[in-house]
Amino acid sequence: MTQPPLLAVSDLRTYFYTSAGVARAVDGVSFTIGSGETLGIVGESGCGKSVTALSILRLVQRPGRIEPGSRIVFEGQDLLQLDDAGIRRVRGNRIAMIFQEPMTALNPVFTVGDQIAEVVRVHASASRRAAWDRAVEMLTMVGIPAPAERARQYPHQLSGGMRQRVLIAMALVMSPALVIADEPTTALDVTIQAQILELLADLQQRLGTSIAMITHDLGVIAEVASRVVVMYGGEVVEEARVETLFTEAHHPYTEGLLHAMPRVGRRQERLAVIPGNVPPPTAWPSGCRFRDRCPYAWERCEREHPPLYQIGTGHVSRCHLAEEPERRERARGASPSAVASRGGAA
Amino acid sequence: MATATLVPAGAGDPRDAVVGASPWRVALHALYRDRSAMAGLVMIFLLAALALAAPLVAPYAPNAQPDIIALKNAAPSLAHPFGTDEYSRDVLTRIIYGARVSLSIAFLSVMVAATVGTAYGAIAGYAGGAVDTAMMRLVDALLSIPVVLLLIAVATLWDGRLGVVGLILMLGLTGWFGVSRLVRSLVMSARADEFVTAARALGASHARIVALHILPQVISPVLVAATLAVGNVIVIEAGLTYLGVGVQPPHASWGSIFHDGMNSLASSWWVSLFAGVALVITVLAVNLVADGLREALNARQLPAR
Repeated sequence: MTQPPLLAVSDLRTYFYTSAGVARAVDGVSFTIGSGETLGIVGESGCGKSVTALSILRLVQRPGRIEPGSRIVFEGQDLLQLDDAGIRRVRGNRIAMIFQEPMTALNPVFTVGDQIAEVVRVHASASRRAAWDRAVEMLTMVGIPAPAERARQYPHQLSGGMRQRVLIAMALVMSPALVIADEPTTALDVTIQAQILELLADLQQRLGTSIAMITHDLGVIAEVASRVVVMYGGEVVEEARVETLFTEAHHPYTEGLLHAMPRVGRRQERLAVIPGNVPPPTAWPSGCRFRDRCPYAWERCEREHPPLYQIGTGHVSRCHLAEEPERRERARGASPSAVASRGGAA
Repeated sequence: MATATLVPAGAGDPRDAVVGASPWRVALHALYRDRSAMAGLVMIFLLAALALAAPLVAPYAPNAQPDIIALKNAAPSLAHPFGTDEYSRDVLTRIIYGARVSLSIAFLSVMVAATVGTAYGAIAGYAGGAVDTAMMRLVDALLSIPVVLLLIAVATLWDGRLGVVGLILMLGLTGWFGVSRLVRSLVMSARADEFVTAARALGASHARIVALHILPQVISPVLVAATLAVGNVIVIEAGLTYLGVGVQPPHASWGSIFHDGMNSLASSWWVSLFAGVALVITVLAVNLVADGLREALNARQLPAR
């Protein structure tokens, strides 16, 4: 990329100071998003992906705190250095967010038209009338039939898919440069999911918006993202182009995620699972944070925290296997059922 | 759009009753269907109308003493339906005029209390952290003061010349502690709602978030609590007046009339009795309305959670 990226997050640390100790929910995360690009951020619950999203817009609530040294550079300015009014001008205007639960992300006591118009009135000194017209226009754009009537309805009168469309309309009404979508399809039926993803892709094409797609669903990633960041234990464990990730995943966690994904045309009695749970963020294990659940782990993983190793062009992985690839083959030989055969590093 | 009258009370989801209406209209509708709440509301309106129209409806002047010898403590009769007190004043007239004082003290002081309590609780709950802790410890301290004793002390310092406005302020400024606690907890939970985070993510300011996204959720419980408080304050005012530190003679309030009758309760029971009955009816009506409101506004919450 010759021009600077739209968003560059570097060494982001968001810690929560709880009575149970300091939870290092996001612990040194770096990534970039280019103009018009869709970046997928994947990981299971508790890996820090949602906190990362909230951190970008500085929406982390007490007792959470973004640690000094973190940098979030967006359109050339560090969002962490902005004052209150400054970050409010970015929120909803240059960077918008789509939330997971369309049931709860809309205020039940206002009509959906009012809620979209509110965003316009916050950011552009538009008249009530003009803001309302814009809201109806947005509802048309996100494919809601009879938008003028729907605008006068309350959230509880709309279906889940419609509500998610309303949230997308709210996010896009100011034509932001970046949309952060935090599990936008998780709460929806599969058929509606596909429609919403299609809508997002279509709007992105038309508006040239960049999207950060946060999800635990690799199927969603495969559909929309061009590049993927895999998070585990508050860290980025692997980053690659989406085709690379699906064919040449390097990190054992990514491997596990791919195996846990149900696929059409593959007979399976049971879905493969990654054993164990994400450790609590107050007590990440020493060394590699995935080692307790990793089929390849050896003593080096306990001793030494792996850095991000360069695997290929634009492909990095936080795993010592990058330096000792023969261990993967040996582990496979020992228990072939542990990991299905798959090509090693590029 | 309302075809709701066909729906039997309590059947199914109240949302179905008024299709396409705002949550507030759904609540109003539910209240309208609640017979006991409507009865309470009608009673309150009647009492308020009587109080407002006192000079027109009262048969005598409030402090007139037509014949302090012959008409002293006269039993109820056609001329004096509720009898007369020891100064020969007509009890019915005094109860009607007393309604002005008692009701306005009750409603206005509750408004003061609800406003102060909502503002205080909202600030504490929204700010959170150390601000919240400090503000709420202060409320704890204030709650530990016995309010009636405090009121008596202050009223005594003013030598019983507080006046109606003074009483309203006193009752209002000592009545908001509970409201502030209620509001604080409601604001704290509302703050965690996803649509509040969503509003922040869309760039809304703190003032806007509190006004548009948090306070609307707080209003209904506060309304219910305030309505219940009206009943309480009427009783407290009557109690203070009875103790001689509230409304001062010759002004009539239900408490003062009750007090006037106490000296001769055994022989002329009517003075205290009718004042007491007025008090009980009002408190009952207010409580009926409060119950109805609670039901109706709960229905409003259905779409949200």
